[in-house]
Amino acid sequence: MSQAKDEDTVSITVEFSGGLEMLFANERKLSLTIPVKDENGERPNIAFLVRHLCDTIMKDPRKELFVLDDTVRPGILVLINDADWELEGEDKYEIEEGDNILFVSTLHGG
Amino acid sequence: MAYETVIRTLRQKITSCESQLQDLRRHLAEAEYQNQRQRALSHPERNVHSSADPLAHDFTHGMHDDFTSEIFAALSHSEEAAPPKRRWPLETTEYKRYGRQLIMPEIGLQGQLRLKKASVLIVGVGGLGCPAAAYLVGAGVGTVGLVDGDTVEESNLHRQILHSTAKVNMTKVDSAIVSLHSLNPHVNLVPHYGRLTPETAISTLQHYDLVLDCTDTPASRYLISDTCVLLGKPLVSASALRTDGQLMVLNNPPLPPGNAAGGPCYRCVFPKPPPPESVVSCGDGGILGPVVGTMGVLQALEALKVLTKEPSTSVTRSASPDPPSLLIFSAYSSPMFRTIRLRTRKPKCAACSAHATVTAEALNSGSLDYVQFCGTINPVDALGPNERISVDNYAKIRLDVNPFTGLEPSKDSHILVDVREKVQFDLCSLEGSVNVPFSTVSSTSSKVKNGPGTEPITEAGWVAELRQHVDKPIFVVCRMGNDSQVTVKKLKELGLDNGGQRWIGDIRGGLRAWRNNVDKDFPEY
Repeated sequence: MSQAKDEDTVSITVEFSGGLEMLFANERKLSLTIPVKDENGERPNIAFLVRHLCDTIMKDPRKELFVLDDTVRPGILVLINDADWELEGEDKYEIEEGDNILFVSTLHGG
Repeated sequence: MAYETVIRTLRQKITSCESQLQDLRRHLAEAEYQNQRQRALSHPERNVHSSADPLAHDFTHGMHDDFTSEIFAALSHSEEAAPPKRRWPLETTEYKRYGRQLIMPEIGLQGQLRLKKASVLIVGVGGLGCPAAAYLVGAGVGTVGLVDGDTVEESNLHRQILHSTAKVNMTKVDSAIVSLHSLNPHVNLVPHYGRLTPETAISTLQHYDLVLDCTDTPASRYLISDTCVLLGKPLVSASALRTDGQLMVLNNPPLPPGNAAGGPCYRCVFPKPPPPESVVSCGDGGILGPVVGTMGVLQALEALKVLTKEPSTSVTRSASPDPPSLLIFSAYSSPMFRTIRLRTRKPKCAACSAHATVTAEALNSGSLDYVQFCGTINPVDALGPNERISVDNYAKIRLDVNPFTGLEPSKDSHILVDVREKVQFDLCSLEGSVNVPFSTVSSTSSKVKNGPGTEPITEAGWVAELRQHVDKPIFVVCRMGNDSQVTVKKLKELGLDNGGQRWIGDIRGGLRAWRNNVDKDFPEY
């Protein structure tokens, strides 16, 4: 079988922490391949990834615990390669091969 | 039966004796504390004197008398007169007590003196606050203030290490002070009873150098952060739930609002509070003791680092402060620790930017409502009265002979669905109940079928199961009586009520009400 590296996809790692994994069938770490172009032919960014996770990966119907008003809900930090996404351009950040995207829900217990 | 009366009387007696014993233990703990305190006050010099003279200590021990006197003679010869009392910066006992950290370059004499002069406020004396307070008091922080409005409960003891079995029902502040005082009587401990409120926040925090947020709600986290920004105090904030923990040092350096070189505050990182339904407490979600303990210990560590840091002079300015970061601890991941780089101050932050709307006046006047800002979840009230049954009436169905038909009670006459998570169901459950965890219920789509003939290919197993026995009413129970109501709605959306022909309802108040009203022996956890 020709298992040649697919030129049309990007391989990334997506991780969940702080309880968000419960919305993703208790998977803390996912290896994902996403298309190299989004619906509009642009490079996929974080906004695309969030839609993709919501529409195709997340089986739990409680979408509101992950997204609100088309973006990640308040109380979730998005970390791109171990840095706050605000340092990287928030949801406009264009995803690159091998990126690690971590979604962390804040905890409040003490 | 006569035995039943005897058993009941004995039980009552035991309960009353146990509560008396508890009171006595509490009085004892308090009395011991007062006694200790009084002794420390009336003989403040005692400990110091006993070892103040270096000669009085080791030389008399295990040495020949003649030899001792020779040494004494030699030593006294070398000094003309009685040596002037040497003025060491620390008390003699302090050199001993803090010796192991004093010899570390990170602390040293100057670091210890800074700690001794410092004051730290710990807000929340629970799973985070207890270990944090223990290490800060142990390390010799001069003044430690403690804020908490709760009393010690048995379910706190697996993680709140300053409290103990005998101190159940004591205020957490008093309990902690008793423990901390016996750990290190040199530290000035300041009690602040009651929860921090916007009106009391500034007056409570203003006399301290650094604040530890060891609380457990978003509202208190915003309040503490805002107050720290207004007063220019660095803040060490931590939280924990289940197997995870998070730690941030905020407002460090604590520069005035509008100064972009200051450290970010809680609002910079989380400008909007999370939806209240996404906030899970340790009581609902669970917590491992060492997980929250780890976070509390790390808070103490960060506090020591901030407090002992050499003040930067214009010459040594180059040593830039650590960039803001978030430490994530995940006990069941590998690696367990991760450090995330955080943003700097947000240019439009409501608290620490030049456009700040959070002001001292607003805080003091009480016009800032943090509880409203963060939102609250009211107890679920989703069902009509005819969809609910009290525990007493449900008990009659289970336990009594039907007064009209004379039929024996039967657990088979209905289906009892327990929607607690499996791990809780395995702890204790009502006989004959069926476990369908609420997470399973929530993650089942309630999309209505397209119509006859187009059965969905895979209906969730539990739904198919309940679809059988159409003649049997379904009772839904949970821990407190909230999830059960949501489940009843869901079951009806799934069409399990056969268009209203089959009764589906929840047991009001859940298993907690069952224990309170019906079965005292049903475990409380």
